[in-house]
Amino acid sequence: MIIANNVTKKFGRLTALNNVSATCLKGQCVALIGPNGSGKTTLVKSILGMVVPESGFITFNGKNIVHDWMYREHIGYMPQIGRYPENMTIGQVLGMMKDIRNKNGNLSLDEDLVKAFKLESLLNKRMRTLSGGTTQKVSASLAFMFNPDVLILDEPTAGLDPVASEILKEKINFEKQKGKLVLITSHILSELDDLVTHVIYMQDGNLLFHKSIELLRKDTGEQKLSKAIASVMQKN
Amino acid sequence: MNKIIKYVITDILRNKVVIIYTLLLLAISFTVFNLEDNTSKGLLSLMNIVLIVVPLICIIFSTIYIYNSSEFIELLVSQPLRRKQIWISLYAGMAIALTLAFTIGIGIAVILYSFTATGIMLIAVGLVLTLIFIAIALLAAVHTRDKAKGIGIAVLLWLYFSLIFDGLVLFILFQFADYPLEKAMLLLSGLNPIDMGRILILLKMDVSALMGYTGAVFKSFFGTTTGIIIAGFVMMLWAVVPVALSLAKFKKKDL
Repeated sequence: MIIANNVTKKFGRLTALNNVSATCLKGQCVALIGPNGSGKTTLVKSILGMVVPESGFITFNGKNIVHDWMYREHIGYMPQIGRYPENMTIGQVLGMMKDIRNKNGNLSLDEDLVKAFKLESLLNKRMRTLSGGTTQKVSASLAFMFNPDVLILDEPTAGLDPVASEILKEKINFEKQKGKLVLITSHILSELDDLVTHVIYMQDGNLLFHKSIELLRKDTGEQKLSKAIASVMQKN
Repeated sequence: MNKIIKYVITDILRNKVVIIYTLLLLAISFTVFNLEDNTSKGLLSLMNIVLIVVPLICIIFSTIYIYNSSEFIELLVSQPLRRKQIWISLYAGMAIALTLAFTIGIGIAVILYSFTATGIMLIAVGLVLTLIFIAIALLAAVHTRDKAKGIGIAVLLWLYFSLIFDGLVLFILFQFADYPLEKAMLLLSGLNPIDMGRILILLKMDVSALMGYTGAVFKSFFGTTTGIIIAGFVMMLWAVVPVALSLAKFKKKDL
């Protein structure tokens, strides 16, 4: 579904992505793991077209994303740090996104998270007055709202309270069951255990490995993802 | 496309700067016409204010607005929208808001007090300058991530077009005083939209007789219909080229 081919991106002297190639298919739940600054967010942003790679290309459903923009209709993106127009209220932001994405008005909107996070009572609050956690809730609600085929979640549970993060995890699991592709970056490995089917490990802009979780468990002899990754990190 | 323009305009109207700008222009235009008995004198004073104030407000407001919309832009870029559409909508939204402000602020007074060819030319030049300086602001803002630097570049550009360029022209004139420079001046004026606007308005005012031989050359060129069409075309280029350049840069920008 998403294929990255020798993608290279440099920021000045820093190589954020170095010849990264990966293939993600429908129904998978892929965890992007790696130390800080290893290029996870840059990879995610390249898939979204927010960062333009120097060389290599990315295809979505067989189409090169450079010449296409409609493919983003099928993606729900939750950024690591959601930045929203400060003067708008939550209600206005949600309304604007519905207005932009639901052009013909025929998409069935998925407002489960808006309800679960109790955002309805906060609709008149301006974005600049929100706490980090509430902003994350808005980001999550927007990512799931339009029933996308692909969910890209960048540090989804960072900043969320335990109740909210449990709600979000349940929602991710529920969408995964429907056969959607879910891409998650996270440092909290313990919560990925029961979610992910594949692991991509990155370091210094290089993709070190991309394998299924069963294979990773077999190779490292560890059952827990956190232990497995730790043993990989020690080897390097 | 219209949806984004709608959000840009509601956002601009909400932050009230444009409304203050409109009121400022209204106050200036009515004061100027009421101070002078002779409306054509009033028009001349108004022209000098318009040629300074309009570019300054347009370029600074637009630059700051683009930086303040960075969240908005970031949010839209990850959505199924073309980058071109986002950028052009941003330009169109600002252009609509600021030209509206100019039309209300200057247009009403000019139509009431001095609805002549000169007055209409003043409104037209003001509107085109608005479009040009928003375009230049887009270009200044897209090139640097640092807000303070971007605003600094915008101020410098305004300073260049309103003061430094004239200084350079004077310098050239005095250095090459022995040579016939009239045709060269015609070309030079095309390099600065503010100068071009000033010439277009002055030629409608019949004070061009005081401008010597260069004025006569200007009159023989800009006085004709073809001359005005060419001048209008060059001014439009001043708006279109910066927008196109900034768009090309924005398409490749990392957000």
